[in-house]
Amino acid sequence: MSSNWIEACAADAIEQEDVIRFDHGGRTFAIYRSAEDDYFATDGLCTHEQVHLADGLVMDDIIECPMHNGRFNYRTGEAKGAPVCVNLQTYPVKVEAGKVLVQLD
Amino acid sequence: MPGGMAIVGAGQCGARAALTLREHGYDGSVTLIGDELHLPYERPPLSKDVMVSEAEPVPRFVADRQVFADRSIQYLTGTRAIAIDPAARSIRLTDDRTLPYDKLLLATGAAPRRLPLPAADGSRCAYLRTYDDALRIRGAIGAGAHVAILGGGFIGLELAASVRKRGARVTVIETLPRILTRGVPEEIARIIDARHRSEGVDLACGKAVAALRDAAGGVEVVLTDGSVIIADLLLISIGAVPVAGLAEEAGLAIENGIAVDAHLRTSDPDIYAAGDCCSFPLAIYGGRRVRLECWRNAQDQGTLAARNMLGAGESASSVPWLWTDQYELRLQIAGLPDEGKRLVRRDLQDGAFILFHLADDGRLVAASGLGTGNAVAKDVRVAEMLIARRAKPDPAALARPETKLKSLLAA
Ligand SMILES: Cc1cc2nc3c(=O)[nH]c(=O)nc-3n(C[C@H](O)[C@H](O)[C@H](O)COP(=O)(O)OP(=O)(O)OC[C@H]3O[C@@H](n4cnc5c(N)ncnc54)[C@H](O)[C@@H]3O)c2cc1C
Ligand code: FES
Repeated sequence: MSSNWIEACAADAIEQEDVIRFDHGGRTFAIYRSAEDDYFATDGLCTHEQVHLADGLVMDDIIECPMHNGRFNYRTGEAKGAPVCVNLQTYPVKVEAGKVLVQLD
Repeated sequence: MPGGMAIVGAGQCGARAALTLREHGYDGSVTLIGDELHLPYERPPLSKDVMVSEAEPVPRFVADRQVFADRSIQYLTGTRAIAIDPAARSIRLTDDRTLPYDKLLLATGAAPRRLPLPAADGSRCAYLRTYDDALRIRGAIGAGAHVAILGGGFIGLELAASVRKRGARVTVIETLPRILTRGVPEEIARIIDARHRSEGVDLACGKAVAALRDAAGGVEVVLTDGSVIIADLLLISIGAVPVAGLAEEAGLAIENGIAVDAHLRTSDPDIYAAGDCCSFPLAIYGGRRVRLECWRNAQDQGTLAARNMLGAGESASSVPWLWTDQYELRLQIAGLPDEGKRLVRRDLQDGAFILFHLADDGRLVAASGLGTGNAVAKDVRVAEMLIARRAKPDPAALARPETKLKSLLAA
């Protein structure tokens, strides 16, 4: 396991129950803040087409893709049904000194 | 032996229905009958990526062959259903086979409306509906060509944007005084009009085609005002008509397509219809009967029809939603804008904005959002939920950029 924690954004840069896009090293990720102020990270693009999930709506534990409403649980990455069938990769996240850190492999 | 489930039409909707039957554990036979030769594919890219991609395009399949095989879905390609015998509960296929069914779904889609001029069937005229149509058009719109497009609706304008991207000259001919008259607010149509003109598209509104003539290496389009456009190719996109002949001949009720009830059931209790081919009552608009031609509806109704064929007894309740892409602009419309009497504008970042359509009693009935990429997606999605709840949001709150639309859901 690498211990390569990357600073993604300030904790308050994401609103509660919302998501922002984070680009790093030529890749794109989505960083989430739940209604309970827990933070999560997944790959940034939908597994159906190459669409940025950060433009989608967060409701409870679900991120909904803005293109065809494919739904994923952003805590686990699980695809919740058609048209998405491939799960999302998730990444460990921690908050330190008001910063959101993501562990990218 | 029971007949199982038969689905006529292997587009977005029919394919979705077949997969849904299996997702819900149905273990009888499922036969999907399609007259096209491809695996079921999605049509939205046909006027967009397929026209402009540098690489050789490939269809965007709903699912690959293995998925149908793994689920024991019998998929008959290049096969047409030519008659239904509702009393015997069977359909006749082009290969002379008779297929019995317990429940039948008609997902026959729509076909381009034809221009009633004999010359419109000539080799210099084209309609776009299928992947094969798209490949043919793609091959004819290279740089240096002059392409005339008849019809300033979604598909005509998406084609105009794609043809410009390919470097050909474009003239769009629209009979009505402005483009996008069907369901798009004028404020938005004006911006899209200007965007096309800024790309050098020649937009001729308020003009109709009087005659078509063959010209050396092209087609002469004679307009009602006497002017003549000479083009290498004429793309005719003047709307689509539901494919309902099979249903009509079987004696099923027809009303702007195959008429179904809220459960997507036709006038025959064992036959369902869904997607572009059917009209259905929308409860959120007081049961108003509509026929939709959009991706999401095909997807949702395919799912719902399959569930109801298995006895779920659920009513169609989704809010209509569609998008169109032209250049970097994406327009998303949720609900039925013509139900609205009053517009409220909400400005987002970078010039993106949403128009909320409110009924006389203040109910939110539609939202039209225009912006780059998915700039309006989140807000239009929340609007869709408000529409579904028949909410009457405070217009001032809708207009204020600081208002989180989601907070209105709680109200
Ligand atoms: C060029 C284009 C661009 C589009 N872009 C967008 C967009 O950007 N956004 C959006 O929301 N929507 C868009 N749409 C609309 C969307 O693609 C349609 O709403 C959707 O395809 C409808 O699906 P369907 O399965 O009901 O019908 P179809 O996709 O038309 O499928 C019906 C199938 O049934 C077959 N069939 C018919 N009769 C028989 C028979 N007797 N036997 C066997 N097979 C039969 C047909 O050949 C066809 O393959 C676009 C459509 C087109 C054509
Ligand atoms: S691109 Fe995400 S659901 Fe289609």
